[in-house]
Amino acid sequence: MENQDISLPLEEQTEEFVVNIGPQHPSTHGVLRLEATLDGETIKDILPHLGYIHRGIEKMTESLGYKQSIYLTSRMDYLSAHINNQACSLAVEKALQVEVPERAKAIRIIMAELQRLTSHELWWGSCAMDIGAVTPFFLGFRDRERILEIFEANTGNRLTMNYITPGGVMQDVLPSFVSDLKTLLVKVKGYLAEYDTLITGNIIFQRRLQGVGVLPKEMAISLGCTGPTARASGVSCDVRKYHPYDGYEKLEFKEILNDGCDSWARYLVRMEEMRESIYIIEQLLDNLPEGEYRAKMKGVIKLPAGEYYQRVETARGELGVYIVSDGTNKPYRMKFRTPCYSNLAAVKPINVGAKIGDLMASMATIDLVIPDIDR
Amino acid sequence: MKTVLRYLQEVALAFRSLWSGLRLTLYFFTHPRKEIITEQYPENRTTSINIPERFAGEVVLTHDENNEHKCTACTLCEMACPNGTIKIISAQVETEDGKKKKVLDKWVYNLGMCTFCAQCIDACPQNAITMKNSFELSVYNRSDLIKTLNKPGSKLKEKS
Repeated sequence: MENQDISLPLEEQTEEFVVNIGPQHPSTHGVLRLEATLDGETIKDILPHLGYIHRGIEKMTESLGYKQSIYLTSRMDYLSAHINNQACSLAVEKALQVEVPERAKAIRIIMAELQRLTSHELWWGSCAMDIGAVTPFFLGFRDRERILEIFEANTGNRLTMNYITPGGVMQDVLPSFVSDLKTLLVKVKGYLAEYDTLITGNIIFQRRLQGVGVLPKEMAISLGCTGPTARASGVSCDVRKYHPYDGYEKLEFKEILNDGCDSWARYLVRMEEMRESIYIIEQLLDNLPEGEYRAKMKGVIKLPAGEYYQRVETARGELGVYIVSDGTNKPYRMKFRTPCYSNLAAVKPINVGAKIGDLMASMATIDLVIPDIDR
Repeated sequence: MKTVLRYLQEVALAFRSLWSGLRLTLYFFTHPRKEIITEQYPENRTTSINIPERFAGEVVLTHDENNEHKCTACTLCEMACPNGTIKIISAQVETEDGKKKKVLDKWVYNLGMCTFCAQCIDACPQNAITMKNSFELSVYNRSDLIKTLNKPGSKLKEKS
């Protein structure tokens, strides 16, 4: 605006113009359209347009049974499919007051933390690619592949597993599960050291992120940000700590907090969360409980009439599942409070006033998954 | 003077951090056989490819050596399927003692609509169906995706 003063000579005057970033833009990681109003290179306003990948999952659940609608939740945040299934299953179990066997709980936590690892590894690759480094993208995918192999061998699918089900898990894990994981975790630790040598220690990368996309603590709370995005602003919001589910209360782990508030802090929080996930899995591996992997459930689940809410911590933040039941075998209403939708709200305030080049950097560290926004 | 020194220090640090990253890249470049992650897919499809036993490729109705299956046409899988992938067509047959009995006529499976969620396998009380780990499922005609899973001439396995 400063150059739009008409008293200036004509050649020094500027005017605002609108640039559409997306819906087919590589750095939005999906079909999200950002309508950016620019003055030169300075961002004046950002308006996100949603709905390009709206599939009506919430409405579809109303015509499917409870077991059937859980498979749809894998398609919301496809990078944390296990955790989405877990959220839904927990809500159903809460309504029916089913006791899940200890072994199933342990398998669920291991799978959820592995899922967090895959998600953060993919994020690391794509984050570095948004900044301009290409190799990390391949390295991120290489390492994710090793974990996906474990998923494939144990659950039968790689991306949308539908493995966690009301009452436990679909199948017992393979006998070689524990030894496979132990060799995997050694590998993953090596990969994390590689990540640090390649990217974390790189001055150019650090300068691209430090002081960019500052999200103050108050703003993070008022926008409803959760997950690593909020924790990098110093907001303590880990659902695994505050509302433990599936036996997280028995485990020892730190909630990673950082007061940096900028993109660099968000990067560091995610890197540290990967190490914390490994630590959680290691605690469970040595004493994986024996016994049943699934509690007996009826073929067609009917919830007693009422309202049920369950929250879990996905790789991106807090996922809430709200079920309204009228006593039949189909939900009357199922509402998902997804983490990316509220984290998307942070895109405008942290970027207004910044340069357009930094938009990609701060978008990358917020780590949006677009199907999770639209559902 | 101090700012110039700090600037030079920063430049030196930048080069050092760049070098430490590039050294790793160089290591991978000079050791191409250390960890081969590329799958030579069409070439290795009969040799080294590793498809896990549990991989959910397609639904199959298991038949034993006498061409007998275990499906009683109870349609629980049809009800468990979220997409309407499965159609069980059953026929009424009269047994010797005059009772009417439902037997399986056609087990129709639409592969094009299947999401491989394995809910049907979970629902089957007879364990008649399983997931096969086949993965090359593409066909030229869309109608080829609609398969009849029970083999011609197969019948229900008698309980011993």
